[in-house]
Amino acid sequence: MTLLVLPGGKYGAFIWPAYAVSVIAFAWMILDTILRARRWRRRARELEDERRRES
Amino acid sequence: MFAALANPLRFMAFSRWAAPLLGAAAAVAIGVGLVFGLEAPPDYQQGQTVQIMFVHVPAAWTAMLAYACLGAASFVSLVFRHALADQAAKAAAPLGAAFTGLALITGSLWGRPMWGAWWVWGDARLVSVLVLFLLFLGYLALRASIEDEAKSARAGEILALIGLINLPVIHFSVEWWNTLHQGESILRKGGPALAPVYLLPLLLMGAGYSLAFGALWLARTRAEVWKRRATSLALQAALA
Repeated sequence: MTLLVLPGGKYGAFIWPAYAVSVIAFAWMILDTILRARRWRRRARELEDERRRES
Repeated sequence: MFAALANPLRFMAFSRWAAPLLGAAAAVAIGVGLVFGLEAPPDYQQGQTVQIMFVHVPAAWTAMLAYACLGAASFVSLVFRHALADQAAKAAAPLGAAFTGLALITGSLWGRPMWGAWWVWGDARLVSVLVLFLLFLGYLALRASIEDEAKSARAGEILALIGLINLPVIHFSVEWWNTLHQGESILRKGGPALAPVYLLPLLLMGAGYSLAFGALWLARTRAEVWKRRATSLALQAALA
């Protein structure tokens, strides 16, 4: 399996950074999206609870 | 379907299950595509650098898809004054910037061993994709720099719609001008120029990237809806 041979011959120095940067970009997109969604959902629910308590 | 999803409550109910479902489908498509892609034999001309194609081309396709979504959402927001469309446009921009940046970096890593250069300013495909990246960044900067939400939305919509002109320029750049970048090899007369051993993983990766964008776009739009709700509640509390 090519994957196990890994280095990619004399072009390995170009192939693996391309895959590494793709993994980093996906990791950033997924983490940032999840954290953003959680933060604003939590904030909106806190404010909704606050309003319910006051009314 | 789109008309039904224009209702924020329906959109939130739909996206709650659709986002993870699209994410799971994306993971499967990318996983299978990677296995096939990394096992593909070296190309007779490009050697093993052909494996960069499986991350570079899908990133470029998805960057253009993201801009088309940004443009469509901006159009709906501008014409129908629809808040959810504006939130969808805002959510698409950072993802589009990330995919375009990825296409530029991986393209550069492919160009160096094949062309002997990291970047070629005279190449219309490269420069038009750089313009796409700057359009995404410009949209994000514009939205962040105007405090008034309505004015910020209008300015962003106009920029996004003007930038749509760049999409056909990117697509046809390899036909209109002499470029170092290779010509169209999938959507062309006479069928794809790629052998099935490369075409299958490329299409799987392309589908996977597009599905991943769909999942992340829905999730980020949900975050924008929550943000608007929180901002509105905070304002009401401050005025009470």
